[in-house]
Amino acid sequence: MSVLVWLVPIALGLGLTGLFAFLWSLRNNQYDDLEGAALRVLDDDDLVTPPARPSTEREA
Amino acid sequence: MAETRDFSLFTRPRPDGGSQMEIAIEGINCGGCINRIENTVKHLPGVADARLNFTNRRLTIAWQDPRFEPGSAIDALGRMGYRAYPFAARNAEEEDAKQAKFLLRCLAVAGFAAMNIMLLSVSVWSGNVTDITPETRDLFHWLSALIALPAAAYAGRPFFMSAYRALAGRRTNMDVPISIGIILALGLSLAETITHAEHAYFDSAVMLIFFLLCGRYLDHAMRQKTRAVAGNLAALKAETAYRMLDSGELVQVPAAALEMGQCILVRAGERVAADGIVVSGRSSLDQSLITGETLPHKVGSGDTVYAGSINLEGTLTLRVTGAAENSLIDEIDRLLDKAVKARSRYVRLADRAAGYYAPVVHSAAALTFAGWMLAGAGFHTSILIAISVLIITCPCALALAIPAVQVVAAGKLFRSGIFLNAGDAIERLAEADTIVFDKTGTLTLPEPRVINAHIIDPDMTVAAARLALASRHPLAAALARHTDVTAPFDKAVEEPGRGVGATVDDRTMRLGSAEFCDIIGDPAFAEAERLGASTICFRWGERQAVFIVHQSLRPGAADAIAALAARGFDIHILSGDRPAAVAQIATALSVRNWQGGMTPAEKVAALEGMKAQGRRVLMVGDGINDAPSLAAAYVSMSPITAADLSQAQADAVFLGERLDPVIETVTAARKARRLMHQNLALAVIYNAIAVPLAVAGLVTPLIAALAMSGSSLLVTLNALRARSGGKAVTAIQPLESVARTA
Repeated sequence: MSVLVWLVPIALGLGLTGLFAFLWSLRNNQYDDLEGAALRVLDDDDLVTPPARPSTEREA
Repeated sequence: MAETRDFSLFTRPRPDGGSQMEIAIEGINCGGCINRIENTVKHLPGVADARLNFTNRRLTIAWQDPRFEPGSAIDALGRMGYRAYPFAARNAEEEDAKQAKFLLRCLAVAGFAAMNIMLLSVSVWSGNVTDITPETRDLFHWLSALIALPAAAYAGRPFFMSAYRALAGRRTNMDVPISIGIILALGLSLAETITHAEHAYFDSAVMLIFFLLCGRYLDHAMRQKTRAVAGNLAALKAETAYRMLDSGELVQVPAAALEMGQCILVRAGERVAADGIVVSGRSSLDQSLITGETLPHKVGSGDTVYAGSINLEGTLTLRVTGAAENSLIDEIDRLLDKAVKARSRYVRLADRAAGYYAPVVHSAAALTFAGWMLAGAGFHTSILIAISVLIITCPCALALAIPAVQVVAAGKLFRSGIFLNAGDAIERLAEADTIVFDKTGTLTLPEPRVINAHIIDPDMTVAAARLALASRHPLAAALARHTDVTAPFDKAVEEPGRGVGATVDDRTMRLGSAEFCDIIGDPAFAEAERLGASTICFRWGERQAVFIVHQSLRPGAADAIAALAARGFDIHILSGDRPAAVAQIATALSVRNWQGGMTPAEKVAALEGMKAQGRRVLMVGDGINDAPSLAAAYVSMSPITAADLSQAQADAVFLGERLDPVIETVTAARKARRLMHQNLALAVIYNAIAVPLAVAGLVTPLIAALAMSGSSLLVTLNALRARSGGKAVTAIQPLESVARTA
């Protein structure tokens, strides 16, 4: 059963990594706006320069 | 806008030295809006960042430059077609957000622990029937203990703390049996581990915590969302005031920023933003939101004016007194305190069930222990079996049964534009048997309407409405609302306190008072006198018309009342308006039980009287004078146009102009209550099967885990049935009535 010496810590370590990743993202307000996050994925404006909008003044 | 605006109340400092402000926005429907809003606001000069939260429809803008004027962002949003208003989260909402994060952290820890312990447990279970060595089993049990004990200590806090608070107050609630079950299960498992036994119950204990936290988090998330949207609506409705500085300058400030002793200017057609004493000016006020009285109330200097009244005629200067010195608000405050205290004794269905359940379960476990001892099974076996009885009956299904139904039913109502304020509102709504309506603003629409247009020539009405667009007077606004004209006449001239005039095709048009339009002796005057309504006169060359403007019934009110009566509700009307005006509405709706001219205290007394007769009253009202009765009634509802104070007291707030939400709410509540009872029955049946097995000593951890998950799943699935039936209304459509008030 020596394999357990490796498997159990690995399993727990992976679980803990997941847990800490979750807690970290929670602390960084990643779950505040789930609906918005789902819609932002569809937004591809970061790929091109946004076209000039007549109603807004732009910085030089 | 020429006036300066002051939003300092809403800005918050940022850690990086800049400032930020939250803005509630109405009219966001799709993902495209996120991008448009953020880009536009980000490109305003001075803005460092703009981030829109789609879930609660709020935009946070941050800036470094102290000269940046946050009002420009609101104007920019306005130009794009979104109504926006600076927003400051109330303390309750911030507490809520903290609690939600706390529950989520607990849930994550419980989930992690449950998964890993289950892995170890499954190995032990399968090992027990094959070839596991006692050393390996012990190792796995110790590992489980190592994970379970800290995890339970961390994630079980919501239950432990609530149970402790209940016990400290010499009460019991759902969390007491839960906590006892968890602690005993962990204690027993630790003892079993130390004595090298075959079974441990760590997995059951941690899974129990995980399931219960799921229910609790869902419940919390639902109410948080409801509260956020209701908070936005309140912000969008919020008033601004024109404050007069000592220098004579006018500054537009949010009503919430006004302080005692400041002077504000209220022009004709505006809503008074704060209580105050008239310093100069004469006018008449529409106080229907405050007292229910629909006749205008004349005021001059030295008179007290209450926030929420509408200034009908001249310009008034007020000195703000807040709520300090006026008798009406004082009395309402006092009544409110009393009523709120009286109601807080309501015990939730789940806690009532727990009250019966806990003693039964605990005595069953004690009897089992005694029975096995008498049968000579020995101390260790007896306590083992007794504790497994406790674990298997641990009120997992019971604790999930009621919140699960509440969440689903509240979600369904939310989509129909009905927001629940209180967690136990559904249960109380389902138990109501009598409905008391307020008249002004509840059975009638909050704004007056033209009621005699059908006997006036349509072309006269249209011309009068176009002229009315040039005036800010509320009666003119009512006339303009009556038709769908949007183009005012050019060169219309308003004479303050008298009316508006214009010349069209060489003929003079005049809209306003009778003397301004030179009209005497129209039959409409007598009719208006009889109804207690206001009139607005119109002259177009030789032709003349007199419009009667009066509170009109909510559309479909008669049908809604009839439908409620058909469901067995006893309907009453209690109003602060004159008896004659109430009688007319009562007749129109065929309601036999009504009373008029009531003060807030009399309303509360009437409700107490009904309570003494054993009735459970649902109060529907909107005025500030209704707030104490809303709090005193068994359960209460308000339309979204209601005064803030009343909304805060109501158990549910509904959108839209119709009264149908009242029917929908009671129907959904009754259905939800049925499902809650079914769920309790399911929990009882589950126990009826599981307890004998446990008492007989046949329960292994595997059976306990399966039974517990199975029963939880069953009640959750049953709760989902609360979603069916009824129609989903988009929550966006009825908002115009809110938008108009500011």
